[in-house]
Amino acid sequence: MTTIPWLTILGVVPLIGALVLLVLPRDNVRLIKQAALVCSLAALVLTVVMGLQFDADSTAAFQFVENYPWIPAFGISYAVGVDGIGLVLVALATTLVPVTILAGWNDVDDGRSVKGYFALILVLETLMIGVFAATDVFLFYVFFEVMLIPVYFLIGRFGGPNRSYAAVKFLVYSLVGGLLMLAALIGLYVVSAQQLGQGTFDFAALVGLDIDPTTQKILFLGFFIAFAIKAPLWPFHTWLPDAAKESTPATAVLLIGVLDKVGTFGMIRYLLPIFPAASEFYAPLVIAMAVIGIIYGALVALGQTDMKRLFAYSSMSHFGFIALGIFVFTTWSMSGSTIYMLGHGLSTAALFLVAGFLMQRAGGSSAIATYGGVSKVAPILAGFMLFATMSAVALPGLASFVGEFLVLLGTFARYVVVGVIATLGIVLAAAYALRLYQKVATGPTSPHVEGISDLGGREVTSLVPVVLLTLVLGVFPGPVLEVVNPAVDRVMDTIGMTDPQPALAPAGGDQ
Amino acid sequence: MVAPQIDYLAILPMIIIAAAAVLGVIVETFAGRGARRPIQLTLVFGSVAAAFGALVWQSGTRSLEVEGALAIDGPGVLLMGLILIVAFVAAMLLAERQLDPAGDAFAPRASALPGSADERELTSRGYLQTEVWPLFLFAVLGMLLFVTSTNLLIMFVSLEVMSLPLYLLAGMARRRRLLSQEAALKYFILGAFSSAFFLFGAALVYGFAGTIDFGGIADALAAKPGETSLIVIGLAMLVVGLLFKVGAVPFHQWVPDVYQGSPAPVTAFMAAAVKIAAFGAMLRLLYVAFGGLRWDWEPLLWIIAGLTMLVGSIVAIAQTDIKRMIAYSSVAQAGFILIGVSTATAEGLWASIFYLVAYSFTTLGIFAVITMVRDSGGEATRIDQWAGLGRTNPVIATAFAIFMLALAGIPLTSGFIAKFVVFEAALAVDAVALVIVGVLASVIAAFFYMRIVVVMFFRDPGDSPPSVAVPSGFTTLALSISVAVTVILGILPQPVLDLIERAGVFLR
Repeated sequence: MTTIPWLTILGVVPLIGALVLLVLPRDNVRLIKQAALVCSLAALVLTVVMGLQFDADSTAAFQFVENYPWIPAFGISYAVGVDGIGLVLVALATTLVPVTILAGWNDVDDGRSVKGYFALILVLETLMIGVFAATDVFLFYVFFEVMLIPVYFLIGRFGGPNRSYAAVKFLVYSLVGGLLMLAALIGLYVVSAQQLGQGTFDFAALVGLDIDPTTQKILFLGFFIAFAIKAPLWPFHTWLPDAAKESTPATAVLLIGVLDKVGTFGMIRYLLPIFPAASEFYAPLVIAMAVIGIIYGALVALGQTDMKRLFAYSSMSHFGFIALGIFVFTTWSMSGSTIYMLGHGLSTAALFLVAGFLMQRAGGSSAIATYGGVSKVAPILAGFMLFATMSAVALPGLASFVGEFLVLLGTFARYVVVGVIATLGIVLAAAYALRLYQKVATGPTSPHVEGISDLGGREVTSLVPVVLLTLVLGVFPGPVLEVVNPAVDRVMDTIGMTDPQPALAPAGGDQ
Repeated sequence: MVAPQIDYLAILPMIIIAAAAVLGVIVETFAGRGARRPIQLTLVFGSVAAAFGALVWQSGTRSLEVEGALAIDGPGVLLMGLILIVAFVAAMLLAERQLDPAGDAFAPRASALPGSADERELTSRGYLQTEVWPLFLFAVLGMLLFVTSTNLLIMFVSLEVMSLPLYLLAGMARRRRLLSQEAALKYFILGAFSSAFFLFGAALVYGFAGTIDFGGIADALAAKPGETSLIVIGLAMLVVGLLFKVGAVPFHQWVPDVYQGSPAPVTAFMAAAVKIAAFGAMLRLLYVAFGGLRWDWEPLLWIIAGLTMLVGSIVAIAQTDIKRMIAYSSVAQAGFILIGVSTATAEGLWASIFYLVAYSFTTLGIFAVITMVRDSGGEATRIDQWAGLGRTNPVIATAFAIFMLALAGIPLTSGFIAKFVVFEAALAVDAVALVIVGVLASVIAAFFYMRIVVVMFFRDPGDSPPSVAVPSGFTTLALSISVAVTVILGILPQPVLDLIERAGVFLR
């Protein structure tokens, strides 16, 4: 336990930044943007400093712990702390925010909108840090729900022509999940009150409860549906393509790259440890949903004529992998899922940002048919695009490969058939990603991209960190795995699962 | 004949309000036209504040007063305090005289025929009336009595004392006189009808128990188990009378018309304070007198709560007028409070009271905003007229958005904590189905609350956007208080939760 409240400071910095943005003069647009960038970079530096102090060998469940009573009448505390999984996801959030601010530099123009846009992104950053750091389930829920509001405004005010429809659809979907989760959350509280005398929302205390299987199954569903809508898993995914298409690239990166991870994070952090029996009971169902999602998402992506919708469906396919890794209950696959969350966040960022840069140059259309032969006109842009598509395909040496490999390793160790079907998803991914690159970047130059400029310094600067991280994580996943593995082991312990005896060579061949 | 024992100090708040109301009538008769408003405002704000002071001073009292007719107990004191605070804030809205260019929100003379030469004459001379103030105070008096009465007769009398001034106030809108008069008549006729139900129910209960005291009724129920058919019918009729006042389905038809037709400040007062008073009375009646029959009324209330939430939320979606939408939303909100009522536990009682606190301030704030958004014909209440308000008046629009988020139950607002406590109370008695219905209704409701946000922030202003009139300090203060309470209760609800829990349960 440190004396410095790292997580609170980290969470408050963007919030203060958002307030500062609001009082800056409206006509100095440049200053507003610079302030937003500086603020998000400050949060990134803080994360790095904090991450360096993280003790991977610690036996404590959470580090950087803070705990203050908030609403004692209901056993609610302001309690934060991170384990390895929480830490890497916080890091993902704080990394992608400056990237998106830089990439979305010219997304909006007039003073008032600029203020609103960047202030909302910074508020969102605070909430994202909070949601990954909360160790009180009520606090987690508060962040989980409040997060909807800035995203709703980001989509609804700054998006494409159908933005208001997409924003409302996103909100209503999320609220359905959120309110079901609220009911389950209160149910959990009532159970804790019956067992402990005084109800609580403290994560550790809730994990220690002995809930009877029937209650577990009901409460599990409340949480699971919320997470499945957030992630989103098939068949709860229909809001995602609309939201992805109508939002600005920066919003889409934060939405799909980071926010949707809250769903899978919630599964690994809350569902498995709190409802072990129910998790085991529902595992076949979740695995089936995940596998359907992998194949369905990939097939639909293959048929898309719109880049952003294609990315949305491909993400859905990847979320299937992440959920699969969590619910086959092996150490490899869960570590793999966590790495996959990072890898997917990075590859989504690369895809949406490159596509966004391209669209800005060609009149804003996201239809694939608009483009062709970009590699001749804008070779740097096309190069980044190739990298982004490769990252989405999970080419060996890139971050998503490590995740995908570990997930499949764990899956094959337990269910060979599921593993074989999921592997088909990789083949399909190669097909839709390469098809996209082929149509957009190669071939005869389309009239729409005639004479467009190549990427500028700012745009390259925003993409380089993403590319570097993808490579580093892909080649040296060891340090991150060291941070994540103890947390995964703890989850496996709480649910009383052990790895099956490997039929293949032990994990680590990729390290 | 022994003179009744009355501890005048314990009922000082009621005495203060009653005296001020009577004085107000005398002022209307004898004071000059110009002097009336300052005197009335001093009387109203002074008496409400003094009554609140007396309440706080006497807040340690826990006893049945006036020969057991009034219960000055924890929840009673709490509800009276809440009514007085809400009345104080609502009075600020009523006192506003800068928003309408013609003066205030009230007809110069309510008896003048709408559209008649008489009316035009009075308007052009700039007549402003102050009769609303004594009426307002009498209504407050009725509410204070309503939440503390522990026998059926006092409860009926206070119901009438509360309702009659409101019928009149509903008909006094300066603009859209016909709608206003229709609202008043509808409210009066349906209100009289429900009062009759209440009275008939009281008679049947008396026939069973031989007493009108809540405590006596409970004793009679305990003494004669099994012979309950008469009293169940009586109870049902009493509850119908009260459900009418809170606007629960299927007794909600008056709500949209009355909310739309009444002057917006009166609607604010009605929507907030009448709900507190009627739910307070319902809680006391059910918990104290009919606790022994809870197995009979619980399922009934579950069904009504579920219906109220669903019908209110679904019908609200189709509304195009903001006042009607808020009216249906308040029907839906009544359903959520009924969840708390239907649990028949102390937790449910506290949850209901907390919900009332949260709901009443949010509602006051909503109507404060509605009085400010105007076009040449008065308040601009068509929802599409609000398009682009977020661009033209970001502060007002943000305040309204906060209220909408609160009603939708988004965390960090009072509405979320309120939903949380009622759901918690319901799940503690295993009312899972009711909570599921509540969740569904919340989602449906969120849809139309957020639609307003969409209209305000995501649409461009129309051709003739309404202007937001600059209010005087009265409305500004009322709005600021509402926003503050809505946000603070969402972030730091603990002190209020403590206060409510310390109030304990009803005396009998």
